[in-house]
Amino acid sequence: MTAVQTPATGTWVPDTAAVHEALVAGARPKPQGPLAASATFGWRTLLRIKHVPEQLFDVTAFPVMMTLIFTLLFGGALAGTVDAYIQFFLPGILVQSILMITMYTGVALNTDIEKGVFDRIRSLPVWRPSALVGALLGDVLRFTLASAVIITLGMLLGFRPDGGALGVLAAVGLLLVFAFALGWIWTFLALRLRTPNAVMGWSMLVITPLTFGSNIFVDPSTMPGWLQAFVDVNPVSHLVTAVRGLMHGEAAGGDVLMVFAWAALLVAVLGPLTMRRYGNRD
Amino acid sequence: MTIAADAPVRGPDRDDGPAIETHGLVKHFGTTRAVDGVDLLIPRGGVHGFLGPNGAGKTTTIRVLATLIRPDAGTARVFGHDVVHEADAVRARVSLTGQFASLDEDLTGDENLRLLARLLGYPRAEGRARAEQVLDAFGLTEAAGKQVKKYSGGMRRRIDIAASIVVRPDLIFLDEPTTGLDPRSRNQVWEVVRALVRGGTTVLLTTQYLDEADQLADRISVIDTGTVVAEGSPGELKASVGTGSLHVRVRRPEQRAAARDLLQRVLGVEVHEQGDPAGLVATVADAGPVARALTALEDAQIGLAQYALGQPSLDEVFLALTGHATGTAPAQEDQA
Ligand SMILES: Nc1ncnc2c1ncn2[C@@H]1O[C@H](COP(=O)(O)OP(=O)(O)OP(=O)(O)O)[C@@H](O)[C@H]1O
Ligand SMILES: [Mg+2]
Repeated sequence: MTAVQTPATGTWVPDTAAVHEALVAGARPKPQGPLAASATFGWRTLLRIKHVPEQLFDVTAFPVMMTLIFTLLFGGALAGTVDAYIQFFLPGILVQSILMITMYTGVALNTDIEKGVFDRIRSLPVWRPSALVGALLGDVLRFTLASAVIITLGMLLGFRPDGGALGVLAAVGLLLVFAFALGWIWTFLALRLRTPNAVMGWSMLVITPLTFGSNIFVDPSTMPGWLQAFVDVNPVSHLVTAVRGLMHGEAAGGDVLMVFAWAALLVAVLGPLTMRRYGNRD
Repeated sequence: MTIAADAPVRGPDRDDGPAIETHGLVKHFGTTRAVDGVDLLIPRGGVHGFLGPNGAGKTTTIRVLATLIRPDAGTARVFGHDVVHEADAVRARVSLTGQFASLDEDLTGDENLRLLARLLGYPRAEGRARAEQVLDAFGLTEAAGKQVKKYSGGMRRRIDIAASIVVRPDLIFLDEPTTGLDPRSRNQVWEVVRALVRGGTTVLLTTQYLDEADQLADRISVIDTGTVVAEGSPGELKASVGTGSLHVRVRRPEQRAAARDLLQRVLGVEVHEQGDPAGLVATVADAGPVARALTALEDAQIGLAQYALGQPSLDEVFLALTGHATGTAPAQEDQA
């Protein structure tokens, strides 16, 4: 190429007529409604994934590691053979992995909100929760991807769901609903706490008893009574039972309902609390 | 300056009231009184300058006006709408260009603008066209596909402002739009601000530079430690401060007293002796008499080693307006 003179950025001469024209040409349509605005913020999350694909590392590498470690390392010891254990265990590890990676929602939001762009977003005349709803919807997409990775890996290791493709899809759908609802805990923490590290710490404190104090890893009948009582009311246990049931084609109606009830409760309580915090944050 | 006939009419809910009106606005963070009883009355049209040093409370005031934080006391209205109780009506009329990164830096300039266009109600195709039009007007067509974090400082400020006019705002907040820019980029931003005003938009601009407020603003509020310490047109403020200070050093220190008397007579203002035994300083309202004064010194055979006429610094403005330097309380006077 010959030495083409490229306009250096500093030499731009403002064309005030053009700026003026662009200004007055700006229509003032009606801003997007709540649903459309949420979808647009979801689109922002997708664009961010496009530009920062490293974000997908957590949602793929972590579940792969968890699945391999738990099936190969503990599978034989806990259920005799890997093959027998994985039928019981894979739905559980799927739930565990997805719930663990929902925590990144809060950490990412805490980082994001410190930047000036959130001031601009919050000063827009759109339904305020839409920025958060959109971010959570975008995350649901990442969880879908992670689910696909885990299930594929599970099938390679010998997982055979009796419920067929439909059962697996229903199970993943239910899991995503719960993950979306759980996301409100993390967004709430993200708005309460000052640093991403604090968000991570508190999130671990919430997620660890929820996942380990459940029926993900072992049958609760081997646990002490007080722990069994906790496991029984833990929404994650209902989620795991429902996901297992759907994947293996066994009835799970009651547990599915419980999961929906918990999800509704989480959103109903934490949604408004989070939004109050979002509206008043200094 | 020509100002467009009127702010754009927007249907039946046409509201009235000045662009900004606050009474006793207070906002504190812990024990810091960031905004401490600010009263403002800013009419529509033109540029209102908000001049103050670091930590004066400029950004905090803007954040209250843009409905981002609630005041602890006092009221604020934007075009007659209360910023707390009618926040939606306020948001529909204003645009905020924050002091720091006000766009998503990981996205491209084009994506940022399209995102805003969509949220603000443009259908997909129209939003794309609108983003293109605005980028083009700001000379950013070539950079449209680049991530904003790769932009230079001047381009950053331009796209920040461009993002604020995707939908024509009636009031735009520009928080220190030129801090950290080189002189050329500063000039570009100034031109853009003038174009916005011609389009009928009211601009509230914060700055730490007196010359910037002087160049752009129709009226200036000088703010320090959360309160407005002075307000007026640039001309009025300069009348109280002087356009600058004349520094003179006589060649022979024993002539200083004579030089001082002469300068006082010709300039008609108080002339002060400096620590330097040959130095004199005077605050002058305009440069006209300075030439006459210098000639008079020459006629009186008083030789000068040096003289300089400078713009008053923000510190000098504060000294003149408040009797104390920026950020120091008046009580802290030295007893030396
Ligand atoms: N979120 C916050 N939490 C605690 N203190 C704050 C917060 N925001 C501002 N302050 C304090 O309030 C005071 C006013 O800050 P503000 O940012 O409004 O000043 P400013 O005039 O914009 O200064 P600058 O020119 O540096 O931008 C400062 O003392 C600042 O430390
Ligand atoms: Mg500031």
